Amino acid sequence: MKKRSMETSLAAQSPKLIRSVERRLFLRQGLSLGALAMLSGCNLTDDESVQRVLEGMSRWNDRAQAWIFSPAKLAPEFPESAITKPFPFNAFYTEDEITVVDGKSYQLELAGLIRDKKPWTLPELYALPQASQITRHICVEGWSAIGKWSGVRFSTFLERIGADTTAKYIGFDCADDYSTSIDMATALHPQTLLTFRFADEILPPKYGFPMKLRIPTKLGFKNPKHIVAMTVTNEYPGGYWEDQGYNWFSGS
Amino acid sequence: MEPSQTQWVRIHPLVVRITHWINALAILVMVTSGWRIYNASPLFPFRIPNELTLGGWLAGALQWHFAAMWLLVLNGLVYVTYGIASGHFRRKLFPLTPRAVLRDLREALRGKLAHEDLSIYNAAQRAAYLAILFCLVVLVFTGLVIWKPVQFHAIGRFMGDYEGARFLHFGAMALMVLIVLVHIAMVILVPRTFPTMITGRARRAS
Repeated sequence: MKKRSMETSLAAQSPKLIRSVERRLFLRQGLSLGALAMLSGCNLTDDESVQRVLEGMSRWNDRAQAWIFSPAKLAPEFPESAITKPFPFNAFYTEDEITVVDGKSYQLELAGLIRDKKPWTLPELYALPQASQITRHICVEGWSAIGKWSGVRFSTFLERIGADTTAKYIGFDCADDYSTSIDMATALHPQTLLTFRFADEILPPKYGFPMKLRIPTKLGFKNPKHIVAMTVTNEYPGGYWEDQGYNWFSGS
Repeated sequence: MEPSQTQWVRIHPLVVRITHWINALAILVMVTSGWRIYNASPLFPFRIPNELTLGGWLAGALQWHFAAMWLLVLNGLVYVTYGIASGHFRRKLFPLTPRAVLRDLREALRGKLAHEDLSIYNAAQRAAYLAILFCLVVLVFTGLVIWKPVQFHAIGRFMGDYEGARFLHFGAMALMVLIVLVHIAMVILVPRTFPTMITGRARRAS
């Protein structure tokens, strides 16, 4: 009882003192927290256990996105007047390093769970039924641009070659040593086009001659250019950016 | 003079304290990783200094952002459900009139804001906490549209689609960070509010 009244009387006498002690404690705790954050902040992401958790969450996000993805939901299409001019060039290299593919000798190689693996030449691909779309290309960096692409519906092409559409993945290898892969549901989406034209002209090298897989339901880096081979498979193929930590599904 | 009796009173319920600190962590991760993502393609003619950001590079920042978003949203759902169901919001954040907010803001600027009873939020506090809640709701919905502009096109239509959502997402972040900075400044000015948010208790002289 006595002790208590002493404490309370102390409190009554010097609330200012107590407040300033509290303040000092709080500031010190705040500063050491900040110092800890600064020490660990720079390499927190590189820490192995942190990296495992982040990658685990990225795999979880792949599943969440596959679940959210609706095969029937269409990306908005735009009028010709909305097309972004000039359409930005983007790749993992600069514009002076663009790969130029020889269209005459070009062949698209097919592999994996496909009935007819005969390679395709450009005239054969151009003879397939063509469709066009004006859609928004969204880059993982955040910027976006509207463009017009034309080519064959990818689902039509998969049907022609007898691809096993119950398989999980389709992987792509490109002439510029790029690679990526997509899920089958997205491959069969009605707006997923194997395109040969940009703005009604044959794709120039900077936009991916001779072909770009245009997927308006995925981020830009999931839209491979200069494709030379594709594989239908149940084994996760990964990709150039995906293997470095970018989310695999990256749907939009 | 008779020494006054000190009472310990419960100010913040356990649910509020837990969700407050989880929210603080989630916001710290979301904001600092979001700044790194912003730097990959800035909307305005400035960049956030990389030292203040989380993730090391764009892919790392995106991993953090899309991991912490689950923490932010799930924790936020617990808090909002509790706040509505228990009457916590109604009791602590209302009533609120613009006149009372202006009055208390003026008082706060003059340094005369009363904090005798920590269990009662003044009007400026109520407005600030509601504004943070509002910012977070805007951030979640604009974030969904940026993350999935096709799948959530129905929401995006009301905010200028993908590009509109980017600006709104940034604006809501800026406003929220501003209010959080004021919030932290107020805690430093009235430090006994800090342990109270951990223990839930405060001394009240009667």
